[in-house]
Amino acid sequence: MKFSSGKLWIVPPAALLALLFFYPLALIARQAFLDDSGVANFAEVIRVLHSRFFLNALINTVSISVAATAGCLIVGLVLALILAFVPFPGSGFIARLIDTFIALPTFLVTLAFTFLYGSAGMLNAGLMETFSLPLPPVDFLYSAWGVILAEVTVYTPFILRPLLAAFSLVDRGQIEAASVLGARPFRIVRQVILPAAIPALIAGGSLCLLLTVNEFGIVLFIGAKGVITLPLLIYGKAIQESAYQVACIIAMINIALSLGLFGLYRFAAGRLGA
Amino acid sequence: MLVWSRSGRLVLWVLFALLFGVLFLAPLAVILLSSLADQWNGVLPNGLTTEHYTDVVRGSAWNAVKASLITGFLASALALVSGTWAALSLRLQGHALRRLLGLLFFIPSAVPSVSVGLGLLVAFSHPPLLLNGTIAIVMIAHFVLISAFTFGNVSAGLARLSPDFEQVASSLGARPAYRLWHVTLPLLAPYLVAAFGLSFALSMGELGATVMVYPPGWVTLPVSIFSLTDRGDIFAGAALTMILVVATLALLLGLERITKRATGA
Repeated sequence: MKFSSGKLWIVPPAALLALLFFYPLALIARQAFLDDSGVANFAEVIRVLHSRFFLNALINTVSISVAATAGCLIVGLVLALILAFVPFPGSGFIARLIDTFIALPTFLVTLAFTFLYGSAGMLNAGLMETFSLPLPPVDFLYSAWGVILAEVTVYTPFILRPLLAAFSLVDRGQIEAASVLGARPFRIVRQVILPAAIPALIAGGSLCLLLTVNEFGIVLFIGAKGVITLPLLIYGKAIQESAYQVACIIAMINIALSLGLFGLYRFAAGRLGA
Repeated sequence: MLVWSRSGRLVLWVLFALLFGVLFLAPLAVILLSSLADQWNGVLPNGLTTEHYTDVVRGSAWNAVKASLITGFLASALALVSGTWAALSLRLQGHALRRLLGLLFFIPSAVPSVSVGLGLLVAFSHPPLLLNGTIAIVMIAHFVLISAFTFGNVSAGLARLSPDFEQVASSLGARPAYRLWHVTLPLLAPYLVAAFGLSFALSMGELGATVMVYPPGWVTLPVSIFSLTDRGDIFAGAALTMILVVATLALLLGLERITKRATGA
């Protein structure tokens, strides 16, 4: 007999996943297309997809996550290059410290930014005292820029980690040889180090895109009226307005976007591992 | 060493210190400082006080800590059991099914947490599965969101185990259950502890799904931090955030020590 009973052991965890995750997901899809009386209602779907609040949220979500990912890539690359190739006493400890930021809640950074860059924060108070200004001069926190800066802080460790792993495989002898032959550091970075880092940058970058598209805590804590992203819109429609069908329609789009980015990440990570 | 000149290295180190200071150190330091600040109108607080801590501890903070710890513990334990079970039983499947199911177990980590919460609200708001308004729905939301990470960690650990031990045990006549309990699981133990720690930390900080489904009597730490700061009580919010950070870090450090002792490193 070819079929062994051992194969059935997968059923309990798979059933749990199906009941608690895929069944609710399927109901979101169902509720997106049916109205409260259970009749198919495509007009509502079209209306929501053409509405200003949805399009604004979509544009905000995509532009914020692209900008934040670009920021993470740049900051992560600079930090990783210094940690790996220009190490200083304690750099190993610092790398681990940055790693622990992955475990901390994302909204912590937003709360801290309120004290640092808010209208009554340290930076503004300092500038107003020093130059005796009547109004707080720094005013980016309650805009998309505040969200982007907070996301760069929170998600840079996700770039740093694969980059440091990739850099640990770069042949030091090759760098020293190039350096002895008179290559400037910038050229070594471009011709020797960067090619080795590309897979890590693509994998880390697509993970950042996924996480920033799904980010909720940072945007909720910033609480700016002009910065509504898809997750925040879903929360607002479902909890504050009890408009479940609208929330489900937007959730479908957000989930589709996330799954697309998840596929990109898996592809990139698979390439990285290969 | 990439940069040989002393001045060049110094410039890079200053750049590093600036980036690290502004992005990572300043936020943590300022949360700590503000949780202790008496009044804060200038660059630095006018005075220090532990009043915010006594305030939040006297208020509902203890309930929030309790709700977060219990939710985190139960959701992580369930995720550990189901994730380990899934990773182990996946090895018994054929190649194609293993790849497909492996992907499906990962998908919850890719779906926005708010949508996971919305799905649970839609699915479990009517009989026979009326869970809306109960503590169970908060646990389920946390379980769903962290299960993919537990599964991923345990699978990665399993992939690193040398199959020799199991094969030797098997050739010596160990039955599958004995082999699992006395060979595979002890070898996996460090990965299980690490997976549990990461799930617990993720659960402690979870906000998106919780804010969709929590019942009035079960307010977790992140939700109460949000309601405090939303009301403008940002100093109390900072104090409660410090409690969350310290609890999370203490937990992770403790689990790391257990792992080190278990592996003899």
